[in-house]
Amino acid sequence: MPAVSKGDGMRGLAVFISDIRNCKSKEAEIKRINKELANIRSKFKGDKALDGYSKKKYVCKLLFIFLLGHDIDFGHMEAVNLLSSNKYTEKQIGYLFISVLVNSNSELIRLINNAIKNDLSSRNPTFMCLALHCIANVGSREMAEAFAGEIPRILVAGDTMDSVKQSAALCLLRLYKTSPDLVLMGEWTSRVVHLLNDQHMGVVTAAISLITCLSQKNPDEFKTCVSLAVSRLSRIVSSASTDLQDYTYYFVPAPWLSCKLLRLLQCYPPPEDGAVKGRLVECLETILNKAQEPPKSKKVQHSNAKNAILFEAISLIIHYDSEPNLLVRACNQLGQFLQHRETNLRYLALESMCTLASSEFSHEAVKTHIETVINALKTERDVSVRQRAADLLYAMCDRSNAKQIVAEMLSYLETADYSIREEMVLKVAILAEKYAVDYSWYVDTILNLIRIAGDYVSEEVWYRVIQIVINRDDVQGYAAKTVFEALQAPACHENMVKVGGYILGEFGNLIAGDPRSSPLVQFNLLHSKFHLCSVPTRALLLSAYIKFINLFPETKSTIQEVLRSDSQIRNSDVELQQRAVEYLKLSSIASTDVLATVLEEMPPFPERESSILAKLKKKKGPGAVSVNELEEGKREAGELNGGGERGGDSSAISTPSPSADLLGLRAGHPVTAAAPSAGSLLVDVFSETGFIHYGRLMLLIFLRTHERTITKPVPFLAVPACLSASHTLLSLALRFVCKNNGVLFENQLLQIGIKSEYRQNLGRIYLFYGNKTSVQFVTFTTTLNVQSKPVEPLIEGGAQVQQVINIECLTDFSDAPLLNIKFRYGGALQNLTLKLPVTINKFFQPTEMASHDFFQRWKQLSQPQQEAQKIFKASHAMDTEVLKAKLLGLGMALLENVDPNPENFVCAGVIQSKAQQVGSLLRLEPNAQAQMYRLTVRSSKDTVSKRLCELLAEQF
Amino acid sequence: MQFMLLFSRQGKLRLQKWYVPLSDSQKKKISREVIQMVLARKPKMCSFLEWRDQKIVYKRYASLYFCCAVEDQENELITLEIIHRYVELLDKYFGSVCELDIIFNFEKAYYILDEFILGGEAQETSKKIVLKAIEQADMLQEVRNTHIACLFVLVYEVTIGSFPSC
Repeated sequence: MPAVSKGDGMRGLAVFISDIRNCKSKEAEIKRINKELANIRSKFKGDKALDGYSKKKYVCKLLFIFLLGHDIDFGHMEAVNLLSSNKYTEKQIGYLFISVLVNSNSELIRLINNAIKNDLSSRNPTFMCLALHCIANVGSREMAEAFAGEIPRILVAGDTMDSVKQSAALCLLRLYKTSPDLVLMGEWTSRVVHLLNDQHMGVVTAAISLITCLSQKNPDEFKTCVSLAVSRLSRIVSSASTDLQDYTYYFVPAPWLSCKLLRLLQCYPPPEDGAVKGRLVECLETILNKAQEPPKSKKVQHSNAKNAILFEAISLIIHYDSEPNLLVRACNQLGQFLQHRETNLRYLALESMCTLASSEFSHEAVKTHIETVINALKTERDVSVRQRAADLLYAMCDRSNAKQIVAEMLSYLETADYSIREEMVLKVAILAEKYAVDYSWYVDTILNLIRIAGDYVSEEVWYRVIQIVINRDDVQGYAAKTVFEALQAPACHENMVKVGGYILGEFGNLIAGDPRSSPLVQFNLLHSKFHLCSVPTRALLLSAYIKFINLFPETKSTIQEVLRSDSQIRNSDVELQQRAVEYLKLSSIASTDVLATVLEEMPPFPERESSILAKLKKKKGPGAVSVNELEEGKREAGELNGGGERGGDSSAISTPSPSADLLGLRAGHPVTAAAPSAGSLLVDVFSETGFIHYGRLMLLIFLRTHERTITKPVPFLAVPACLSASHTLLSLALRFVCKNNGVLFENQLLQIGIKSEYRQNLGRIYLFYGNKTSVQFVTFTTTLNVQSKPVEPLIEGGAQVQQVINIECLTDFSDAPLLNIKFRYGGALQNLTLKLPVTINKFFQPTEMASHDFFQRWKQLSQPQQEAQKIFKASHAMDTEVLKAKLLGLGMALLENVDPNPENFVCAGVIQSKAQQVGSLLRLEPNAQAQMYRLTVRSSKDTVSKRLCELLAEQF
Repeated sequence: MQFMLLFSRQGKLRLQKWYVPLSDSQKKKISREVIQMVLARKPKMCSFLEWRDQKIVYKRYASLYFCCAVEDQENELITLEIIHRYVELLDKYFGSVCELDIIFNFEKAYYILDEFILGGEAQETSKKIVLKAIEQADMLQEVRNTHIACLFVLVYEVTIGSFPSC
């Protein structure tokens, strides 16, 4: 019985929907919609008053158009009018429109609230429900202000119809979620709790959602709900499958209500009252028993509903974490599901078992399923299920099975989906560290990790292996040997080179006795990778080289030779150049003693939270590990390196640092105090790729400041790390007078590229905001003192977003539009004001003309104010070709053979603005001897001549 | 529940219900993202997806996908059955519901959903009661509710003390 046959069908609407469906293209659809919008608009604006039916029909059409994804900016008033209609369907459409197209116009809200108020007091349950549905759908603060006081009264009143109570309960829940401060239960609390006893199952189902939410926020006030919930649950669980009539779903009694009751109980600890607790345990046992019974129906709905209750019961059992018997039973039940043919059940079993693994009572029981889980990791076809299996393996890992699990995860990594590789890598790294009994296994595992999934090994992971190797002297020789062997692979990952550089630089001496890994062999091996690496790695390698000079004096001349080569000492990268210059100098002037002091082995790192754990915490989301495990991991991680015989300070373990850089260079060392005065060197050597100890560094700085004359001054761009205050960068815009594309602005965080095109009096500017960091920028906004389209509010790390600005030149102008950019990077608000490089010359239309015409027009523009002239000193070399290019970039036609003096340049063009066209002529006379220019501009408007002259005087 | 989306195999959105306040552009972006994600799934894959800090629960019925986003701790299986119950309600109301019924009578699909789920929570899980409510509303449609009109006049009389001029 389709609704259209019931007589309320709106023919016009059906025809319109058919039309839309018949549209062959998006364009046709838009055309049809625009036609309809125009029609509706004219109907709404017409003199003739519309009858209720037409109004309803048009409002419904607008709604349909909106739901298709088009913007609707009118019709709200007509919809509000429908609210006060006596005809139910009209009222209903009105409410639907208001619910979907929420509008913040305050006048409108007042009218809507009035209509709702009328319907709420109408005592007609259908109307009351409509009004309550609308409040629940919109759920705005204004509505909460207007109705939060009234609805609890409706909810608990003795004469309220059941259906209204249900709507009122959920309506209140929605308002509570948006404006908890306005929903005050106070005196109603106990009556609301007692709705759990209501005879009507529907009322209980609706009310319990509200009670659960309120209990989460105020557990004490609502704690009487526990015993009520237990007795309700017990009645349902023990009822025969037909007792509850329509609330039985595929032979399962009240599955939704059961789940909600079990969820409510999870807001509280186990009941203290023995009788209540006994009854609840009985319920949970019955639910577990039922899972073993043969199904009453083959329908998936039956098993889903039944298992939904089972999983919710298991969640409650895990939440209590106090009934070993139930926990083990739950675990066995889930174990059966691990091999179920339904993918959904396998997924949920793996997920649920993950939490069971963290309970001391069921951890061992979970471990018995290891083979099944490993098998799932290998054979499941759905990546999300494999992800769950990986999570579970991680959760069930302990000392007894760590080697097996880590090996399985490593072998899975070779073929793992890209989407989960990074997380898998982190998990392997953590497990390897957490359960390392012998450190050679740990080093092997991490190096394998880099070999297999180097791209996914984040900084934190390789920092961590270095930190541990440095802190544990029993593993250093092994690490040096292993990394040396790994580096011999023809293609090895850059992360391997970093680890290799660092470890050999520190501990290469431990393997230097073997002629196969003599100092020179080590150096040549490292240096063979040098040219394939990125700048930060090369910088690290340079530091490794200087360490080599200290470790192995016999390599000194070879390494000095390398440092001295043009590709190092004249490297275009300032960082590399500076390191090469300084290390070369250091190695040649410092005595062996000084060198040994400066380049001594790194001291042990202060113990702190594993940075990898911090990283995984940050990633918390997909496959998150419970906080408990993380805490546990932290303790164990601390134990691992805190117990080192280097005398690691174990008290430091309890002060985890939020900083993720493992080398502890930025946050851990006392460098912060010295940093501002120590200048660039300090910053660069202490960057994460450096590994020269702070104490020695002061010496380096001393050397550097006293060797200024021999150390070639290297420009080090002192760009502030972040623009904390509002920076106004105006002069940059001048660079764009003669060009349209380029980098408008750049600092360490943000790069703004610009591309612009102009035609007559119109222009279009594309701004590209590039995030140079790895952290996202949030609440990114730009405001222009003229209009522009909004830009995406979020820029991901490394990503770029584009903004388009359309410009029309209305009349001539001298001030360029200002662009203000605000965004958050980390916590800090960045604020930046830029002048957009829109100058009057952008609207030039070049005009070609012969010599004769030029001089004729030149003479016509002879009034004194029409001419502007400037004589100025050349600020760039006076190269004819460069000058020509600049003048062409200016947008005017560069006229050849016009000026009798071939050294001079003349140009002609017309500036197109909406108000008028301004013809302009230009003459530039260079004087090479005096290095001066004379610039003359004549145009039909005095302000234009003046402005052009000003702009151009800065360009040559 | 955070939202419910119904969309076709071609990715056309047929119904959208949002239970959390979001701007129109956010809604569009989320719909696109979720639709794309769900359509990329192969049959036999599990019906649950992790998405942001929520879970997507979806099921396909003939040409239509029904898809809900629920909070992280929400019960996936019961959500799957929420979807099924909604399909049953539509089916009973329209009589073998098909995608076209939902396109042409979209407002009815919204009304039925509102009776079943409100504010993202199940309001009434009995099929009979939900359908009865919808049918009662259908009966009301063209009947001028004189009772209500009278009541209004009475209230007016009491508070103002005189009849309106008409």
